[in-house]
Amino acid sequence: MDSNRLEQIIDAHGRDSANLLAILQDIQKQENYLPRETLKELAKKLNVPLSRIYSLATFFASFSLKERGKHICTVCMGTACHVRGAPRLVDQVEREFGIKPGGTTADKKLTLETVNCVGACALGPLVILDGEYHGNMNSAKLERVLQPLKKE
Amino acid sequence: MSSKLKNAADLEAYRKRVAEKSRPSGKVVAICAGTGCCAYGALKLAPAFREELKKHGLQDKVMVRQTGCHGFCERGPLVVIQPEDTLYQRVKIQDIPEIVEKTLAGGEVIERLLYHDAGGQAYTKESEVPFYKHQMRLILAHNGHIDPTSIDDYIAVGGYAALGKVLSSMKPEQVIKMIKASGLRGRGGGGFPAGVKWESCRAAKSEDGVRYIICNGDEGDPGAFMDRSVMEGNPHSVIEGMIIGAWAIAHPGKPAGYIYVRNEYPLAVERLGIALKQARELGLLGENILGSGLNFDIKINKGGGAFVCGESTALMASIEGFVGEPRAKHIHTVESGLWNKPTNLNNVETWANVPLIIERGVEWYTSIGTGDVRDNPWGGSKGTKIFSLVGKVQNTGLVEVPMGVTLRHIIFNIGGGIIGGKRFKAVQTGGPSGGCLPESLLDMPVDFDELTKAGSMMGSGGMIVMDESTCMVDVARYFTHFLADESCGKCVSCREGLKQLSLILQRICDGQGRPQDLELMESLSETIREASLCALGQTATNPLDSTLRYFREEYIEHIEQKKCRAGVCKSLIRFRILADKCTGCMLCAKKCPQQCISGEKKKPHVIDQSKCIHCGVCRDVCNFDAVVVE
Repeated sequence: MDSNRLEQIIDAHGRDSANLLAILQDIQKQENYLPRETLKELAKKLNVPLSRIYSLATFFASFSLKERGKHICTVCMGTACHVRGAPRLVDQVEREFGIKPGGTTADKKLTLETVNCVGACALGPLVILDGEYHGNMNSAKLERVLQPLKKE
Repeated sequence: MSSKLKNAADLEAYRKRVAEKSRPSGKVVAICAGTGCCAYGALKLAPAFREELKKHGLQDKVMVRQTGCHGFCERGPLVVIQPEDTLYQRVKIQDIPEIVEKTLAGGEVIERLLYHDAGGQAYTKESEVPFYKHQMRLILAHNGHIDPTSIDDYIAVGGYAALGKVLSSMKPEQVIKMIKASGLRGRGGGGFPAGVKWESCRAAKSEDGVRYIICNGDEGDPGAFMDRSVMEGNPHSVIEGMIIGAWAIAHPGKPAGYIYVRNEYPLAVERLGIALKQARELGLLGENILGSGLNFDIKINKGGGAFVCGESTALMASIEGFVGEPRAKHIHTVESGLWNKPTNLNNVETWANVPLIIERGVEWYTSIGTGDVRDNPWGGSKGTKIFSLVGKVQNTGLVEVPMGVTLRHIIFNIGGGIIGGKRFKAVQTGGPSGGCLPESLLDMPVDFDELTKAGSMMGSGGMIVMDESTCMVDVARYFTHFLADESCGKCVSCREGLKQLSLILQRICDGQGRPQDLELMESLSETIREASLCALGQTATNPLDSTLRYFREEYIEHIEQKKCRAGVCKSLIRFRILADKCTGCMLCAKKCPQQCISGEKKKPHVIDQSKCIHCGVCRDVCNFDAVVVE
């Protein structure tokens, strides 16, 4: 991320370490992950130790320190989804794309993630592909949803 | 833009104006725009309705309104036609021409879009549908009627009247006394009396007068979405509660407010943001609110996806820009919380209860619920509670009932019982900190104290129904694994203990359990409970303990007979194709990722058990229910 853009994000939230979480969220929103160099620069600009930034970046599940894929497939692992078979959906993506949760395919096409619950339990099991919710999933439906990615 | 309201009388005059304006002369099409219905495509419906209405020249006679969550998520997208109260469910874009022509223009009901119960009976009115009929909707009362992005809609139905009353005619102490007398207890799970908390926070010493008012919207319990729906569907009710709280707790000092919302709830963040802006524009937030001298504003903080941040001290650490690690509470947060100032934190639903209590009075509020709170704020559970009823139940959705109704009433009368005629096994309440309750406890009244006695807890209100195809050992493994993952790592007992429990449970699910494992887990559980600092660790073994207490035989079967009666634990099951049901369509053979299903066309197929990985794809794709688990 270039320095000017980082400055803008910091200014939008206020140059105060209390706003670190919000600043990191904005960086990730733009870059899709938290680049190491940007975090170093941020530490300098806010005059906080890099370790504090890393403590936040590794504590909260929504941050990624690794570059993520072009598409993000998120499988909800909430209780309602779990009892309706969510783990088998994760297995299916793992099998078909050869990645584990948190992993990205070698061609940087797809990242598989899990989330604790998105609160759309009536639709469980639920898969979110690039922000779009797909409810009441089973293996056949998931295959249909992921089909276009394979052809890309 | 509207100018600022100067006092309570100004607010009432404004209400009259907007009430007249927003009172529809004709019909209203109320479309649910909650997360659930949006996922089914509800957002496309409103523009399509408007366009279709124009074709019939009805655009000025029928109002199209996107509302908050109606709660009956199972049947979304939901559309209610008012004033007739006709409920259409699973409405698709292609149904719209027919709805406009027949129902809105012709006054005719379309039978196929109505809700039909399991017995095939159709219901026309929303209020008659069993899912709604047996509820008592107070907090959710306006969710299906108002547009959450319009402060005028909220004011038109009586919103901010409680605030007007408080600021113009009540002293802070009187408000606290009232909340205390109402018996309102914290809806986030702990059940701590809100009035007692407010009183302590007001009494705490603050050199510069700063006191923080926080709303906990970090609804981290998987399977729970009550708070999300309130924030999305009626954000002003939460904000109004917080402003009243600021007056009662901090006036004439310097109150400052925060709403901490989960990162996973983008729509709630958006709607709260709009609501705060509108409240500022009308002068309901900011300086000298309604001429009372109260200065108060609220900021939204987005969480980062950590379950432990629902814990009050962890949440405050997170607002300060640190990792969400809880601290010991020998000094309470009401005395020294956020930035070491007196801090009052309540949950979303608790705040939303406040305006109701002020407006309708203590006597009315205490007539709902259990016990007697006149001399003891812990003496009962008053008011209603919203539950998110999910899992293997027919009618998934949000359910608001008076405290004290039975689990059976919620699951069977409102929820319509179990999906697919299967047998009820357990209901899990209270999220990862709660427990699994068996059939024998179905007639237990649901309130804070009864649930705790049974080894579970109210939690924030998740209610996950499980049937005979749910494995209780797997459920315990799921929650324990979840908590081991979400433990912040500060206390050894929680960090290491949960990890070990998780490993033992995994071993049992894998068919490697040892006879002494149950005792070992019980002893570990006691240590974790006793030696952990915060509620996460102290309640982390509830799922394990409650399943061991009520479903011990399933553990013994897993360990001794290597059997999972629910057919869930992969190492203990096998898939088989029933020869008499298989039509030889070859679909399963084609889809099997291991290619271990063989058979000729139109002849029964067979699974090669040595290669099968128990993925279940064959069962999913079979159109003839020929694949069974054993």
